[in-house]
Amino acid sequence: MSSTGAHAGEIKRGGLSRIVDLLGSGLVQVVMILIGLFWLVPTLGLLVVSLRDETVNAAEGWWTVFTKPADLTFQAYSSLLATGFTSSFWNTVLITVPTTILVIGIAAMAAYAFAWMDFPGRDLLFLIVVGLLIVPIQIALIPIASLYGGLGIFGSIPGVVLFHVAFGLPFAIFLLRNFFVGIPASLLEAARMDGAPEWKIFARVVFPLGKPAIASLGIFQFLWVWNDMLIALVFADTESQPMTKALQSEMRQFGTNVDILAPGAFLSLIIPLVLFFAFQRYFVQGMMAGSVK
Amino acid sequence: MTDQVRGPQGPPSDDSSQDSSRSGPATGPSPELTTPATTQEPATPPTPQEPATPSTSPEPATPSTSQEPAIPELATAGPAAPTAVKGRRRRLGPSPTLAYVFLLPAAILLGVWVVYPIIYSIVRSLSGPQPSDFVGLGNYMTIFSDASMLTTIRNNLIWVVIAPILVTTLGLIFAVLTERIRWSTAFKLIVFMPMAVSLMAAGVIFRLVYEQDPDKGVANAILTSVGDTFSSSQGYPDARPREGDAVRAEGGGVVATGQPALIPIVGIKAGTLPESAQPAKAGASGAVWFDFTPGGGGRNGEIDPNERGLPGMTVEAVQGGNVVATATTADDGSFAFEGVSGAYEVRLPQSNFTARYGGLSWLGPTFITPAIIGAFVWVWAGFAMVLIAAGLAAIPRDALEAARIDGATEWQVFRKITVPLLSPVLLVVFVTMIINTLKVFDLVFIIAPASVQDEAMVLALEMWRVSFGGGGNQGMGSAIAIFLLILVLPFMIMNIRRFRREDT
Repeated sequence: MSSTGAHAGEIKRGGLSRIVDLLGSGLVQVVMILIGLFWLVPTLGLLVVSLRDETVNAAEGWWTVFTKPADLTFQAYSSLLATGFTSSFWNTVLITVPTTILVIGIAAMAAYAFAWMDFPGRDLLFLIVVGLLIVPIQIALIPIASLYGGLGIFGSIPGVVLFHVAFGLPFAIFLLRNFFVGIPASLLEAARMDGAPEWKIFARVVFPLGKPAIASLGIFQFLWVWNDMLIALVFADTESQPMTKALQSEMRQFGTNVDILAPGAFLSLIIPLVLFFAFQRYFVQGMMAGSVK
Repeated sequence: MTDQVRGPQGPPSDDSSQDSSRSGPATGPSPELTTPATTQEPATPPTPQEPATPSTSPEPATPSTSQEPAIPELATAGPAAPTAVKGRRRRLGPSPTLAYVFLLPAAILLGVWVVYPIIYSIVRSLSGPQPSDFVGLGNYMTIFSDASMLTTIRNNLIWVVIAPILVTTLGLIFAVLTERIRWSTAFKLIVFMPMAVSLMAAGVIFRLVYEQDPDKGVANAILTSVGDTFSSSQGYPDARPREGDAVRAEGGGVVATGQPALIPIVGIKAGTLPESAQPAKAGASGAVWFDFTPGGGGRNGEIDPNERGLPGMTVEAVQGGNVVATATTADDGSFAFEGVSGAYEVRLPQSNFTARYGGLSWLGPTFITPAIIGAFVWVWAGFAMVLIAAGLAAIPRDALEAARIDGATEWQVFRKITVPLLSPVLLVVFVTMIINTLKVFDLVFIIAPASVQDEAMVLALEMWRVSFGGGGNQGMGSAIAIFLLILVLPFMIMNIRRFRREDT
């Protein structure tokens, strides 16, 4: 009798705690869904606003789209692309792609030297690179503006690219060097023993083995440059301006310019978003390598 | 979002022990790639608690907290490798000259674009608008005495105090909660996504969110609908009673006598009469209506055929100073009290005549900085969450289990074990956020409308404005830039020291 009683009590306790668990996890689910919505809704709002007519946007909130989806139109996009916005899109590409390639190439060479070559001052120089990691970009705006003025490349795409490359290098060297030092020494030593020249070891052994880190770096670098506004604001002119600067110049009349700003902003973020979803693994890895102890 | 503002450049706390987890030399340079690849795929739900990070790699030897590289090859990699190995490498390796050739492009770029500007800026900050007018430390004096500069510094202080704590706390909460849901990969992607978006686009997104009009801005739409749930009153600002023998204004509201009580209201603006309003009709206890006949005519104080009732008014029956019943007017303005007997006064409380709650003016001078911090948190919480989740995954499960078996509650386990074990990661996130808040630029520039930009001003934006955005004083701009550099200097030194400690 007493044993069955204890048994029953056990079952009861188990059931109770299961109910508590279920309620708790149900609550967690609800909270997480709400948080997820909180993070999704702002971007969704931008998308809907960009897909609606100016007059509809002026009259009602974007959430009414759920009751009348027929209001959606690509009108704002086609009229935006009919203006000069396409040229700023290509400027963004022309700034971003060369910067990414240059940063990877130059940083990989330096990182290889730091990781696998001996030379006087190596440790000190690398510590300087570590120190330069968080130098605020503001420090270089005025000096480089006057330098570019002297060189005659102020307002040109090469000027913007070089600025990006220089400020991308500390992180790039840091990330790649830390990856390269993990490459098994035996592989390099075998190559050196065979008398392979350094540039060949770099190109045939280290670079291919470093692909995962290079991919992380590439995606990061691409996104930073694609998304930059400050450098473009200072060093690009209306001919060479990327999308961020072109959109910024429309901000003054925010209320009346929503039909330019919303599709423009969405176009500017669609490529980073696609890249992010495609390469999120590398994105996260690069972030971890740069931050986590 | 300049290279320096965004992403992991922040605290470069990586080190060679991290290398071991990243590169896993024993099995080739990229063993971790396969594991995150699978944990990342939404199609493989069986590992929901494994965040999409390299340190979740199942190899036991690769938690990111491991202090000593276990693999011998790694030891040779660091600068402080054993001399025997070093010697061997030097014998086989290239000459220093070749090393300098490899370093040359990077050295030129860093020298000209980063190091030289620091020196130039120091010199330039000692002059006024023209490089020739030397002002000594005058620009720095201005930073600490000028009223608008002090506002700027105050704003940066608000940013530095609030934003990193918010981001780190939210990141921690999200990271812990994602361990309890099956769709954690989807959740992480959603919260992490703003990291890929330009701060410019994020600014446009939040300009839309913060629109003042509750019919356009989603923030105020939510606030007002919550507000409306708690106060049902329709709200007729500026409306007033047409006073007569039986009706008088009192204490911001209206008091009327007579049964049924007919309460004529005037002074309603054209747009505020709800569309649902029907032609007025007296109910059992009375009516509240708009005593105005469109196009003229009609008698004052009486319900005329073209006059409409006022829906949604709160009506109270008062006996001897106590409210004994309340009712709300119908679409035709009629109302009826239930269960009231004897003589009573009818009162329309003041709440009927205050404006409907319209939400906050997010982009006004008072709320602008908190509003922009909200956008910042939206952008960065995912970064914090992913880093902290990776740290969480590296915590040995048996430590937690042992504590639970010993009878610790979940909260105790969290407070006494999880958080202390996570503290290195939390510190990294926190420091990254401090650096990012010091450099915040794009979000303020885009979200703050021109009219309140002065109230929202921060150092990085002021530096740009003063030097390029119409200020025309590059001496002052240089001083602000140097000031920013000095502010991040402690973190720079911290990074170098940590790197030296861990790399040797």
